[in-house]
Amino acid sequence: MALEILKPGLATTVQDLGRPGYYHLGIPLSGGMDRLALAAANLLVGNDEGDAVLEAVFLGPEVRFTSDAIIAITGADLPVKIDGTEQPTWTTLSIKADQVLSFGFLKAGARAYIAIFGGIDVPVVLGSRSTYSLGALGGYHGRALKAGDALAQLPPKRSVRVGTTIATELRRGPGVNPILRVLPGLYWHRITAEAGNGFFEDTWKVAPEADRIGYRFRGGRPLEFVPREPPFGAGSDPSNIVDSCYPYGSIQVPGGTEPIVLHRDAVSGGGYFMIGAVISADMDLIGQLQPNQKARFTVVRMEEAIAARKEVQTTIATIRESI
Amino acid sequence: MTTRYAFGGDEHIFVEVEDAMSLDAFFKSLSMTNAVREMKIAGVTEICPANASFQIKYDPDVIAPIELLAELMRLETVADAADFNLATRIIEMPVYYNDPWTYETQMRFRERHQDPTGTDLDYAARINGYASVDDFIVAHAASPWFVSMVGFVAGLPFLYQMVNRDKQLQTPKYLRPRTDTPKLTIGHGGCFGAIYSVRGAGGYQMFGITPVPIYDPTQEISYLRDFMIFFKPGDIVKFKSVDRAEYDAVLAAVGDGTFVPLIKPVTFSLEAFKADPAATNAKLLEALYGA
Repeated sequence: MALEILKPGLATTVQDLGRPGYYHLGIPLSGGMDRLALAAANLLVGNDEGDAVLEAVFLGPEVRFTSDAIIAITGADLPVKIDGTEQPTWTTLSIKADQVLSFGFLKAGARAYIAIFGGIDVPVVLGSRSTYSLGALGGYHGRALKAGDALAQLPPKRSVRVGTTIATELRRGPGVNPILRVLPGLYWHRITAEAGNGFFEDTWKVAPEADRIGYRFRGGRPLEFVPREPPFGAGSDPSNIVDSCYPYGSIQVPGGTEPIVLHRDAVSGGGYFMIGAVISADMDLIGQLQPNQKARFTVVRMEEAIAARKEVQTTIATIRESI
Repeated sequence: MTTRYAFGGDEHIFVEVEDAMSLDAFFKSLSMTNAVREMKIAGVTEICPANASFQIKYDPDVIAPIELLAELMRLETVADAADFNLATRIIEMPVYYNDPWTYETQMRFRERHQDPTGTDLDYAARINGYASVDDFIVAHAASPWFVSMVGFVAGLPFLYQMVNRDKQLQTPKYLRPRTDTPKLTIGHGGCFGAIYSVRGAGGYQMFGITPVPIYDPTQEISYLRDFMIFFKPGDIVKFKSVDRAEYDAVLAAVGDGTFVPLIKPVTFSLEAFKADPAATNAKLLEALYGA
């Protein structure tokens, strides 16, 4: 055993970089909502980028270590404490057996990643250690952690000097009023041109219904639909389609009122039209949004989406080289 | 059919074979996804068939989005020419219609339903022109169904009944989705049936419950030891109406590991079905139950 959960936090789960290959059966990718922060935490403790870590959301856990370890916490601005003494985030830390890792109140962002050298050791299910709570699959018994759970670690891989830190400019976060980049498409033709413009002009607010499955937004104008005769099997509501697959990041707008951006634990399909998808490079930013936070959406083209993707990869490469 | 291609962000291509549901659209989508799988295109990471559409997830660092799009469009001409013959299996699913558990759930969420005074079965029977709930159940269980998609949540099959369009059972979804649906509920929304693989939110009308689990992440159930998910697109399902005693007997057999689902291999020809649906279905049932 490496650590014991004293208090679980709000919904702390084991996550790695996910479980590709089973989306056609309704099993989503899962994995860290903020993949860059997850990779950075792993690199800071000498792990591979995709090793399993703990993902804490809004409220950190309280964890007693049962053996000496090297750890790092990245992601949200969630004050880190060891035996009550504040420690830096995005930094390689040493913790001794019987010391307790705890967290202060969240200052910014939503999700913190807690990496331990070697990585969290839970069974690999369908190629991944990530937790998919809706399907009671993977992670620690398919669920969020509870007080009293004991987790093991795998053998450490590489050593990293304690105090190693990631430069501030390489720590990516959504900031105060993020603008999320969107490639319009999918069923974009179902709404009027004015509605399309309105969607990108309006300022939206993250709704309380924001979790690993998807983020709901409120506060913008309702979307007006282009009139149609409902296709057979689609359903009578103008926002209905014949049930189809849902891309990760896709923006569905049931009833035309509240957009939902599907995230890592996405439902794999359903009967609501989608106006496009948030680009892959900005998915991490959504994972760090809090309820009530304001956000806007902006149109990009495919070339810009690919360039943004490369930029994130360059950042991760720079982090890797800096350690 | 007018096939429509669209990007879903930078990592997905979405292909809508037709905006309306039909067996032709389903088979074209299925055969295109099979062709993509066989091509083993580098960079393609997920191939997801849906009812009348499909989705490819890819890594744009490996294949340029526009190149993959061109590949898929080339495939379409091949799929158009293909005759849709499918080697598949037919599976019997016992259903306890009008069961007490979905009834209890219906009553808890009655204010979210189109007809708060009756049950989902009363409502579905009436709006589909059946004289009684029993007649409706007979129609629901008589003709087999295609698994036209697996998804929403882990292992949930969408089912499309193998009857002509004028015989399709159609219901709206609940006015507002429920926050609860019993595990293994037989649901219906639009023209699609569904079997809820896990307990959770849902908007489909609820007709009954099956004692046969279709998803087991622990892989302890005897027939799910090889893989945790029972259904795949292209499977054919025949519902069988059972009473409480039979339901309990199957449940007990699943529990002690002795339950063996009734499954038979079959081949399905879309052309033969379209020429004579009744004869095709009779043949499928013959394969399932013996002559």
